[in-house]
Amino acid sequence: MTSESHPDGGDGWARLDPRMLAVAPAQEVVKFVPLLVVALFAGNSDNRHWWVLGALGGVITIGVLRWLTTRYRITTERIEVRSGLLFRQHRSVPRDRVRTVDVTAKPLHRAFGLSVLQVGTGQHEPGKDGELTLNAVSSAESERLRATLLDRSTASPGSASDTAGSATAEPPGTSELARISWAWLRFAPLTLLGVAAIGALFGGAWQVFGEIGVGVDDAGAVRGLIDWFTDRSIGLVIVAAVGFLLVAGSLGALALYVEAWWGYRLTRQPDGTLRVNRGLLTRRSVSLEERRLRGVEVVEPLLLRAGRGARCSAVATGSGSGDRASLLPPAPRADAHRVAAAVLREDTPPSTAPLRRHPAAALRRRLVRTVVPAAVVVAALAVADGADALPTWPWVTAAAVLGPAAVLLGVDRYRSLGHAVLDEYLVVRSGSLLRRTVALRRSGIIGWRVSQSVFQRASDLATATAITAAGVGAYDLLDIELDRAMDLGERLAVHNDR
Amino acid sequence: MSDNSTPLRQPAHRVSDRAITWWTVHAVIGWLVPVVGAVVAMALVDDLPSIFYVGLIVLVVVAVGHTAVMPRWRFRVHRWEATDDAVYTQSGWLSQQWRVAPMSRIQTVDTQRGPLQQLLRLTTVTVTTASAAGPLHIEGLDLALAGELVEQLTATTQATPGDAT
Repeated sequence: MTSESHPDGGDGWARLDPRMLAVAPAQEVVKFVPLLVVALFAGNSDNRHWWVLGALGGVITIGVLRWLTTRYRITTERIEVRSGLLFRQHRSVPRDRVRTVDVTAKPLHRAFGLSVLQVGTGQHEPGKDGELTLNAVSSAESERLRATLLDRSTASPGSASDTAGSATAEPPGTSELARISWAWLRFAPLTLLGVAAIGALFGGAWQVFGEIGVGVDDAGAVRGLIDWFTDRSIGLVIVAAVGFLLVAGSLGALALYVEAWWGYRLTRQPDGTLRVNRGLLTRRSVSLEERRLRGVEVVEPLLLRAGRGARCSAVATGSGSGDRASLLPPAPRADAHRVAAAVLREDTPPSTAPLRRHPAAALRRRLVRTVVPAAVVVAALAVADGADALPTWPWVTAAAVLGPAAVLLGVDRYRSLGHAVLDEYLVVRSGSLLRRTVALRRSGIIGWRVSQSVFQRASDLATATAITAAGVGAYDLLDIELDRAMDLGERLAVHNDR
Repeated sequence: MSDNSTPLRQPAHRVSDRAITWWTVHAVIGWLVPVVGAVVAMALVDDLPSIFYVGLIVLVVVAVGHTAVMPRWRFRVHRWEATDDAVYTQSGWLSQQWRVAPMSRIQTVDTQRGPLQQLLRLTTVTVTTASAAGPLHIEGLDLALAGELVEQLTATTQATPGDAT
């Protein structure tokens, strides 16, 4: 079945899928749509059309050349990719360096039955992303490549399925750890993604209007809206704006949640990888080798925490801490801990272990960190009032709002602090606006750091840092007793005592 | 050889006392830049406001104080030790740091010698692990001692299998 995807035959070098000849230019054309609109509707000189056509032709040529010049092959030892015409590139990665294999299919790729394969190598050289990308191969080929690259036992191709992340053609022995529950949609509005999306949309629209040369406030409807609001009181305007943001933000967040997590499944594959399949328009399928797993992180942004929700991410070598490490969408906290336990093959989630509180002096330090900046702002406003530069209400309002907020934030940050040393795990929790609970495998701790600032020395506190090759690489135990910080280093990093 | 029952013990060895000279010269070079800049300004501009001279006096006082105190303070803090199990370092002066890298996790051992260090027969030994938190540095080691340390570390880490992650 793979002979037709190896048009060159000799030496095992294969081209990308020929369907890319259609997809790559189409993709570029889509990017050019705003420019086309500008040229066709706002342009009044003829040569602009030619300029656009020339650019289009150039883009299509580049797409074709890229297809012609890109080749890849997988030998028993290495995966190699050659590309480029003017700047020839030959990248070669030992197969045992392959850490993740991700398959992504955007809508256009899906329409042609194609998938983009990204091979993560965990190497971080400046200027390189440590990643090999094949854009694109047929979905069957991507499945075959993934099985081959992640299979350490044999060099022979594994099983192939028809589409990226198809649920129907899974090999036997696959076990499901989690799947989407649409009751989780209630967490979508708590992610703030919607508000961010609205901002991006407005920015994008503004830019397009700007390029066409139409001022946004020239449009009749917008003009009318602005006039209407100008006649109303400032209170009403604020209420309307907040209401609009809440409603539109929630709807946007729902849409984004559905797009990102449609058909979400977390499975354990028989070849020892964890796999996340998800996505409505863009299908994503992320594979993570279990032997690269060093722990799990349960993340609770403030709003999500208020709604008793949480996310769950992998702490693994070679996959960073971003979107790719995501194991679970925003979901009930209990589910996040359950998934954490399942991923680690534990019966009870280490992330729910009772935590040791940090010393009371840590509370004072957290409060100083939050209250002092607030006090500085209030003092600056008060001085401005004293100099008659500002009226009195700004600093009074700031004091009334920032003061309690700073105290609450400081206290909550202290209450979040905690750590626990279990038989197999070090559990560390911190943060208020973004609270993270990381359960790190003790076998994954490759170093220890204790640092003490002048202020910490006054309270006999120190910050201990568990150093690992996975995730963000360093996990802080903020403000614990100096003795304990040193003692833990000896126990966890050097001797791994139980 | 390592006494595990007293985790608070300091790493056993001090760095070379010639490191005090090294840190002092570094501090002098660092402070010379703003001081020379100020002197040049005095030479070129006639009517400098009095606040300038106040600032200059503060600058000189801080510079002299830092140059006098920092190197000796550092020398009292900076320590290192390599046991069979791990490399320990202690560094800093106002804020201080302890680092531990288990032998089994060490990836490379490098040395650097700047021109000043060569004059003083000093070496900085850098021990890297597979972590994003950065390597361990042992600054201001005596040249011969550093050679022995690198040999010891290289021998130990080569004997350890695995990719140290």
